[in-house]
Amino acid sequence: MSDRGKKALGVETIGMSMRFGAFTALDDVSIKVPAGSFHALLGENGAGKSTLVKCIMGFYHPTTGDILVDGREVTIASPKDASALGLGMVYQHFTLVPSLTGAENLVISREKVPGIIDWRKERAALAQFMERMPFKLPLDVKVAELAAGEKQKLEIIKQLYLGRSFLVLDEPTSVLTPGEAQEVLGLVRGMTKAGDLTVLMISHKFHEVTAFADDITVLRKGRLTGTGKVLELSHKKMAAMMIGDQPIAALDSRAPVPVGARRILTVKALKAPDRTGLKTINIGELDVKSGEIVGVAGISGNGQKEFLEVLAGQRTRDAGDVLVKGSPYGASRAEARTLNVRFIPEEPLRNACAPRMTVAENMAFRTFDLNEAGKPISWIRMSAIRDYATRLVEQFKVKTASLASPISSLSGGNVQRAVLARELTGEVDLLIVSNPCFGLDFSAVAEIRARIMKARNAGAAVLLMSEDLDELLELSDRIFVMSDGALVYETPIAQASVQTIGEHMAGHH
Amino acid sequence: MDATEIGLWGVPLAVLGGAIRVSTPFIFVSLGEAITERSGRINLGLEGTLVFGAMTAYAVAVMTGSPWLGLLAAAAAGLCFGLFHGWICKFRGVNDIAIGIALMLFGSGLAFFFGKPFIRPSAPDLPAIPFGGWSDIPQVQAALNVNVLFLIGAALAVFLWWAFRNTRAGLILRVVGDSSDAARAMGLNPNTVRLIATGIGGALAGIGGAYLSLYYPGSWTEGISSGQGLMAVALVIFARWNPLGCFAAALLFGGAGALGPALQSVGVTQGYYLFYAAPYILTLVIMIATSSPSRSLAGAPGELSITK
Repeated sequence: MSDRGKKALGVETIGMSMRFGAFTALDDVSIKVPAGSFHALLGENGAGKSTLVKCIMGFYHPTTGDILVDGREVTIASPKDASALGLGMVYQHFTLVPSLTGAENLVISREKVPGIIDWRKERAALAQFMERMPFKLPLDVKVAELAAGEKQKLEIIKQLYLGRSFLVLDEPTSVLTPGEAQEVLGLVRGMTKAGDLTVLMISHKFHEVTAFADDITVLRKGRLTGTGKVLELSHKKMAAMMIGDQPIAALDSRAPVPVGARRILTVKALKAPDRTGLKTINIGELDVKSGEIVGVAGISGNGQKEFLEVLAGQRTRDAGDVLVKGSPYGASRAEARTLNVRFIPEEPLRNACAPRMTVAENMAFRTFDLNEAGKPISWIRMSAIRDYATRLVEQFKVKTASLASPISSLSGGNVQRAVLARELTGEVDLLIVSNPCFGLDFSAVAEIRARIMKARNAGAAVLLMSEDLDELLELSDRIFVMSDGALVYETPIAQASVQTIGEHMAGHH
Repeated sequence: MDATEIGLWGVPLAVLGGAIRVSTPFIFVSLGEAITERSGRINLGLEGTLVFGAMTAYAVAVMTGSPWLGLLAAAAAGLCFGLFHGWICKFRGVNDIAIGIALMLFGSGLAFFFGKPFIRPSAPDLPAIPFGGWSDIPQVQAALNVNVLFLIGAALAVFLWWAFRNTRAGLILRVVGDSSDAARAMGLNPNTVRLIATGIGGALAGIGGAYLSLYYPGSWTEGISSGQGLMAVALVIFARWNPLGCFAAALLFGGAGALGPALQSVGVTQGYYLFYAAPYILTLVIMIATSSPSRSLAGAPGELSITK
């Protein structure tokens, strides 16, 4: 903890290039982040954003190029050098230790920790430090018990506590509610305005960039494709800089839900234990009709995952009914097959694939033991599995080296495409989807959303759980908010407001 | 006076005395294992370390005439076993549980090999402090004849409980055990921390072994441990990785172990063999009672392979 933290640092890179063998991850990139500014770094997955940031933070050594801190050329050979200069990074995933309290996390991350910690003295020092901070946080609670927004604040506080005055924020709001995101970024923005802090934020949310950043830099395929003042750029211009001229799958227009559409999924008085076993989730009543998308919003950890696991058969329920087309549904393979229930879980590699089995085998999970007429067969034909997979790979544009490579060797977007191909082929009456676009790039996201919309227009009932409110607003016909294990709010899309939904997500009602 | 004169009061008294006597090795092994597991590794080899420690302590005590030298030698031997486990486990693809089982068999086998000549001679005992001097009932005196190692173990439990939150080493241990990534981000090397933690765990298990051969039962035989090292591992989980919990659980297990002999001493002649199995049944019951199909263990170190 030093008082050097009072003055913001400016950082500049000049002609930064980074080559990994024959692959150029970063090609002659020069950016300038003046002291006390809020700079946004935009780009698709694999555009070189994290490579650039890792070069600045000393994780990588750039092949060529220089770094200037406050106008002076510096050598940053390791993350230690970076922190000595006052540069810090807040990662997308949390680096706090869950079983330690906030105070313990802060103290142990310090460079010099005394052998025996005098907690009375440390607490007093922390309280004094927190007084100067715009954030208010409980420091005596285990980090595991903090909400995502609080964790993110604690990550930022940790950097400031360690005396860093130039912060890289890597998609800092990906796990926050809109309200929390506004608050955290607003506070950070305030600190940059006061000249205490300089921020370089990696993001792909345009509305955040517009609301909080001063300048942007855009990377594509390792090259700098644009830079400028936020005030002078429209979202459209930013998007063009980011994705160039590649085509983006367009969303089908929404066919109106037919009056008297059949109820496909009905959930009644469902009760199940949550992850900790201490609380229960409790779904009063939910139904999804044919040809509509019902979105479930909520901050992660409010029971959506457990609800989904019950529907998927990964978690046992204590009470309640799940009916599909009027018949009880227990998520067995036979039931899923006769009732045409399909499932696209989050983290598809973990929840929907056998990672070491081949692409072809994974794509055949639903159908490998059936013949063309849908009757069970006793001998499995590898050639049929291969032909089937070949067709789907082409249809869904899955990029894979070969059908025989393990599915875990595919990129995230292509794993999701493969799962989508498997689940959306054939007749689909009920589609259950969770965070389908998490961590995917622009074009993959657009394509996956288009496919879901297409399935809806073809008459499938879709239950979509997502932590991305923009996604829900774009796709859903009705939105539920889940908070503390229960559905607390319902709104048709026409009357949905981010404000109200956000408040219910935060449990303020 | 004899047992019949204090009647059935002999049973709780004997259980109390037994709890103190029998629990000591459990205390040391479980505290050692708590340190190791808090660092994110599990060392099942402590059973072997316990047996080898018992043999080493006995042999050195026989040869030098000093039980304290025996104790030190056992701790040193345990340290070597622990460091070996910690060193092997740093390599990629090595499973700590498999290595633990290998070391358990290796430690026992090595102890039997070197221990053959020491089955006959008798070694000096570790000293005990008679806290029962105020009473003239021999059962009370026997029950309160407390070995110094028990007292050291109790103090160690309190110290570890304090140290896990109030020292740099304690916090570092918990960081490494909970998240390797966070530890690396702090510039800590998880492997080094785990190596040291496993080494200390081994040394404590060695001391537990020394108690077995130098105080109670007090001689070196091949069946000396009868699975106490393994039960101590179960006990750590039951105690939720809390040193004070380990101490309490060790007392409970010790008391259960003393139930059989105590019943026998008051003249129960039928079925007392069943009570000899009490510690094992207790292990099973506790494991079943504290586990749940739908939730993960509270308080488990995040990096521990058995709870991941």
